[in-house]
Amino acid sequence: MSPLYHDRSADAAMMAMDTLPASTTPPRGAAPGFRPTATLPIRVELSRQLRRRRTQLTLAFMVLLPAILALAFQLGSSSAGPSTSSFIDLARSSAANFVMVTMFFSASFLLIVVISLYFGDTIASEASWSSLKYLLAMPVPRMRLLRQKLIVAAILSAVCIVVLAAVAAGIGLVLYGAHPLTTPTGETFTGSSALWRILLVIGYIAVQLAWVAGLATLMTVSTDVPLGAVGTAVLLSIVSQILDQITALGGFRGFLPTHYSFAWTGALVEPINWADMTRGTFSSVAYAFVLTVAAFLLFRRKDVTS
Amino acid sequence: MIAGRLLRTRTRRWVALVVAALVVAAVVVAAWPRSGPATIAAQDEKIVVPAGTGLTGTVTLDAGLYLPATTPAPAVIVAHGFGGSRLSVDADAQRLARAGFVVLTYSTRGFGRSTGQVGLDSLDYEVPDARALVDWLAKRSEVTQDGPGDPRVGVTGGSYGGALALMLAGTDPRIDAVAAVATWNNLEQALFPNNTAVVKVGGNPPSPSAPVGTGTPAFIPGGADGVFKQAWAAALISSVLTTPASGPSSVGNSGYDDVPAPTKDGTAGPTAGSTSGASAGCGRLMADICAAYTQVAETGRITPTMATLLAKSSPDQVVSTIKAPTLLVQGEQDTLFGLDQADANARAIAANGTPVAVSWYPGGHNGGAPDTTTENRITDWLHHYLFRTGPAPSQTFRYSVAGPVSDRGQPRLRTLQVPQYPGLAGIAHPPLTPDVTVPLDGRPQVIANPPGGVPAALTSLPGIGSLASSLAALSVVPGQTAEFVSQPMTTPLVVTGSATVTLQIERLPAAGSGSTDATSGPSTGAAGGANKPSSVLYLSLASVPGSAGTASGTAPGTAASASAATGTTSGSVSTFAAAALGGAPAGGAVAPIRLDDLPANGTPALVTVDLPAVAFQVVSGNRLMLRVATTDQGYFGPKTPAAYRVSLAPGGNLTVPEVGGTRVPGGDDAEPVGLAIGLAVLVLVGTAGLITVGRIRPRGRRTAAPPEAPDPSETPRLPAVSPPPVVSQPPERGPATQISPNGAPLAANGTGDEGPIPLVINGLAKQYPGGVAAVQDVSLRVERGQVLGLLGPNGAGKTTTLRMVMGLIMPSAGSISIFGEPAGPGAPILSRIGSFVEGAGFLPHLPGMANLELYWRATGRPAADAHLAEALEIADLGAAVRRKVKTYSHGMRQRLAIAQAMLGLPDLLILDEPTNGLDPPQIHAMREVLRRYAASGRTVLVSSHLLSEVEQTCTHVVVMSRGRTIAAGTVAEMVAASGEMSIGTPTPDAAMDCLRGIDGIGAVEPSGSGVAVDLGGVPLGEALGRLLGAGVVVTSAAPRNRLEDVFLELVGSATPVVGATASRAGSGARKAARNGTGTGTGSGGAAR
Repeated sequence: MSPLYHDRSADAAMMAMDTLPASTTPPRGAAPGFRPTATLPIRVELSRQLRRRRTQLTLAFMVLLPAILALAFQLGSSSAGPSTSSFIDLARSSAANFVMVTMFFSASFLLIVVISLYFGDTIASEASWSSLKYLLAMPVPRMRLLRQKLIVAAILSAVCIVVLAAVAAGIGLVLYGAHPLTTPTGETFTGSSALWRILLVIGYIAVQLAWVAGLATLMTVSTDVPLGAVGTAVLLSIVSQILDQITALGGFRGFLPTHYSFAWTGALVEPINWADMTRGTFSSVAYAFVLTVAAFLLFRRKDVTS
Repeated sequence: MIAGRLLRTRTRRWVALVVAALVVAAVVVAAWPRSGPATIAAQDEKIVVPAGTGLTGTVTLDAGLYLPATTPAPAVIVAHGFGGSRLSVDADAQRLARAGFVVLTYSTRGFGRSTGQVGLDSLDYEVPDARALVDWLAKRSEVTQDGPGDPRVGVTGGSYGGALALMLAGTDPRIDAVAAVATWNNLEQALFPNNTAVVKVGGNPPSPSAPVGTGTPAFIPGGADGVFKQAWAAALISSVLTTPASGPSSVGNSGYDDVPAPTKDGTAGPTAGSTSGASAGCGRLMADICAAYTQVAETGRITPTMATLLAKSSPDQVVSTIKAPTLLVQGEQDTLFGLDQADANARAIAANGTPVAVSWYPGGHNGGAPDTTTENRITDWLHHYLFRTGPAPSQTFRYSVAGPVSDRGQPRLRTLQVPQYPGLAGIAHPPLTPDVTVPLDGRPQVIANPPGGVPAALTSLPGIGSLASSLAALSVVPGQTAEFVSQPMTTPLVVTGSATVTLQIERLPAAGSGSTDATSGPSTGAAGGANKPSSVLYLSLASVPGSAGTASGTAPGTAASASAATGTTSGSVSTFAAAALGGAPAGGAVAPIRLDDLPANGTPALVTVDLPAVAFQVVSGNRLMLRVATTDQGYFGPKTPAAYRVSLAPGGNLTVPEVGGTRVPGGDDAEPVGLAIGLAVLVLVGTAGLITVGRIRPRGRRTAAPPEAPDPSETPRLPAVSPPPVVSQPPERGPATQISPNGAPLAANGTGDEGPIPLVINGLAKQYPGGVAAVQDVSLRVERGQVLGLLGPNGAGKTTTLRMVMGLIMPSAGSISIFGEPAGPGAPILSRIGSFVEGAGFLPHLPGMANLELYWRATGRPAADAHLAEALEIADLGAAVRRKVKTYSHGMRQRLAIAQAMLGLPDLLILDEPTNGLDPPQIHAMREVLRRYAASGRTVLVSSHLLSEVEQTCTHVVVMSRGRTIAAGTVAEMVAASGEMSIGTPTPDAAMDCLRGIDGIGAVEPSGSGVAVDLGGVPLGEALGRLLGAGVVVTSAAPRNRLEDVFLELVGSATPVVGATASRAGSGARKAARNGTGTGTGSGGAAR
């Protein structure tokens, strides 16, 4: 050690080394206290994600969006004219309707982006931070790592949807009151019937977006660029939506994952029309299943080089 | 045992995968769109029938027979619409034939290729023709026969064909089932409607003293002297007037009357069609009908001749005798044959005890063919009553209600059903469900019929009903329309049937010459009651926005209608949109009333009117509006100017029938049970998969699981002095000795007291898919307590090797064992390794401290095992540890990453280029830390491309180049092994002489202030002894080569030899490398 330069920090580090407990002759097997099934608990992953600005901003936007919509409706109403069946009037007729309209506006794009973000980011962002290798060397078994991350992404996505609906309900209650849920066809539902239908719609929207989650998952294990995974998932949803507009495709459109994205309207009729919702749920879950299984298989053997 | 578990795990996984794949495949197959249905060709048939009453000769009917897959089968006669031919119903016929029926289509006389003249479904002509077809079917072997001459046959058709179906069923008991679509009951009332039911002239309270229109066989409310529906009549009749007798038939696709577009009306004159023997100008229409029509078209009033002819063409003459179960399908958008016509048929047939079902569909002559659901109902109806299988089809009454227009311009439809047909209600028929009373508001309003009857309101156009909503603005002419509105609805109201209203109407004395109009009649040459003052009004219902209509009544007559029609109060666009959404007449229909007894002197008359039967929704917030107009382009109204004061009768209520009912799931919306089951299976499999995926114990790599090499229990069997992976250099000097940290040789087997060897790598290789071999053959061994340097130039494969150790990269070959256990992705043994490989990896949004804490929490190990304090000392970040990592410098991240690697004090610490980016004091400290770390009984593996780094930090070194390990040993050995010494002496010549005298010594050269000597195998001590013995002063003696020289020599030697340019110095090392390669490959091969 140089007499001219005394580095205190090095001293401290070396002293720390000197006080290390001697390594006992290790038994075979894993480090004491290590269990593969205890790695990366949901709570830990959740707190890793919740402290990200991305997560916080998305959640904040979920709170903000209903307020923006309400404001827009407030501004728009002055010049809307006497058209009673417009969306705006429908939205403003009750808190329940405001929730429905908010979900309607969100489901086709915003929620797709949010879910793509949460799921498309899972592995790719860790890869881009280079922290993936340390998680894997910890070791968090690969299948478990992906599973835990998917569960957390699913929780965050669900929270987003619920927050969106809850805030819309709150704003709607204050601004428009607890009137019955009125559908565009003029039917009305009250009380528990309305609540049940709203929950059904929200649930359907959430499940219908499962395919986006599956796609984003497959993308996220295929690339180290988080934006690439998110963007691809969003892009493919848009392509699917566009193709669905082309009626000439006929029966093929039934295979598009977005074909039944508005089947939740079946929850707003009496009696509830389950047929399309069943198809939509199946279609989405089947896509999600296949894509997620593919993601797991891919990730299981993938060389992590980031 | 491990293999068994793996097998089971793998099997389970594959079984789950296969099950899932099968489910998906089955669903895809089940849901795949069917290829287009096979075409069933029609056999052309010519059926000759008698010409009929009063005519001689025969008529040849052009018929087509469609045979199903299996015969004999019940037959269905499909009749076409007015202006069509048998080709018009080809699609329907094919659909029914695919459903198993023998289908007979034919062109009725006068249409298509059939000869004869059109008799308007006359009981004397077309109906006997149809009976002849039944006779013909009775002779066909393909048709199921109920008895001699009695085939099992149903009949269906739309409009003209529907009436024919009803009249055939009413006159031929052999018919077994009927489905009539969009047809009439009484043609006179359809073409000359009069919806007035009660007229009481004078101011007395109303009493039903003069019911007009009740008691007719068809129970149709309405007057005998109705208002001529001239637009429709002209459109229909002109289509046959202008068709040559033998001309090509027009082909439609819905079985509907083919109506030429109104724009073509003027171009085709009577002359165009008169090519046959028919009278000039009548085309294929029978002459007596043609003549009667001509008179009607001129006067607008029904004549007795016409009335007689139309009666011959009306099902109401015969429907009461129908025994065959009948399905009546009527359109809700039909200004030609409204819902009231089907209602009359239904009542008459049901009165006979015959099963009748009624469906209203969202279409009609103004709106298109029945939807799929309704089509299926027709098929099911025929199927049950002809095949006589399955449960009886439901006789529920179904109707569709259009909600507001959606953003895409389509009304949102819903179909409702009630168990029993409730009828239209209206005046003559008390409703089954309670009426809803809707109070109307509005002051008395004065409306005028303009001279000549123009301009007239346009409420609908024949055949162009779909445009009606956009024409809503034209449906109200200012000054001609009185409007009465309800309060905004608090709940949605669905008018289902005929609403009724009682109005007080006064005909005002006309200004100027108006007083003479009362006697001059509406037009010259008028027939019937034309000499009386004829007052015609048109009533309609509409749904208007809640904000509209409030002006109604404030200014008599014009204010409300003007504002509604032209949008004077707000932007014209929004008003137009409002009109399009809510202003159009309900069902596109108006209810005309003719009041012949209304004196033109202001005497008030109370009039009760049946409004058009509709299924029409007024959403909550909207108002129901009653319009009373003086003109309508669809009807032949009086040309005489007139003015009326219209007011609501006392009470001013609108009586509205409302049926309610439950929503019908669409016919093709049957619950997809298969998908639901598939969904359940997927969810189960997926959930089970997610649960197991987290619990399956990670297993070793698949490619290399050598049972012997990594197993510590077998290590002792390895040769003690030359473990296969260890390559010493130079080989001729004997294998390198394993040196323990304190310099004492380790137990030869490498285990013993010290436990399993921290890391053994055997024949490791990694070939990327592109063929790039990052690592070709790496074998090494790290003993406990060593600080081993993995030395190699950039690209030698050090990092790739370390990544394979950490389970990040799958090796292509070879094996890794860590503390005696096989390593691989996620192997639990990895938990005993702390690693820092190729850069730090932190969550940039979190402080360093949080990163370390979360990292440790993610391992799931006890917090007490983390030794966070020591790690923080290593990181030496001070207060910066609370800052976000993204604010860190490279060196700070580096130190934090090394600290993270040391969390939990792992038994094996792997550091890849740990001193990159550190400043000299930190590098110095790092060396010391690693040394002391190893001294605590743990092991450190450091990779570096910096020689000084390895030389100063490590006890041992393994040299890598081009993906291979080429040398291994202690640092001292490596340096000394080369044997080249630098000896400082003031007398180099003497030293050289002396040294050259030693046996076995190599080259001796002068070098600066001393001598450079290759000692060869001669120990340094001996050489020095000889020098000192010879009196040579030795000032210093040091290995001439530093590790750098060795390294360069080795690395250079690993270059593939091309030609003979390899250096002398490299030759020995090359041999060594080859030896090492051979050994490594050998063991690797054994592993494989």
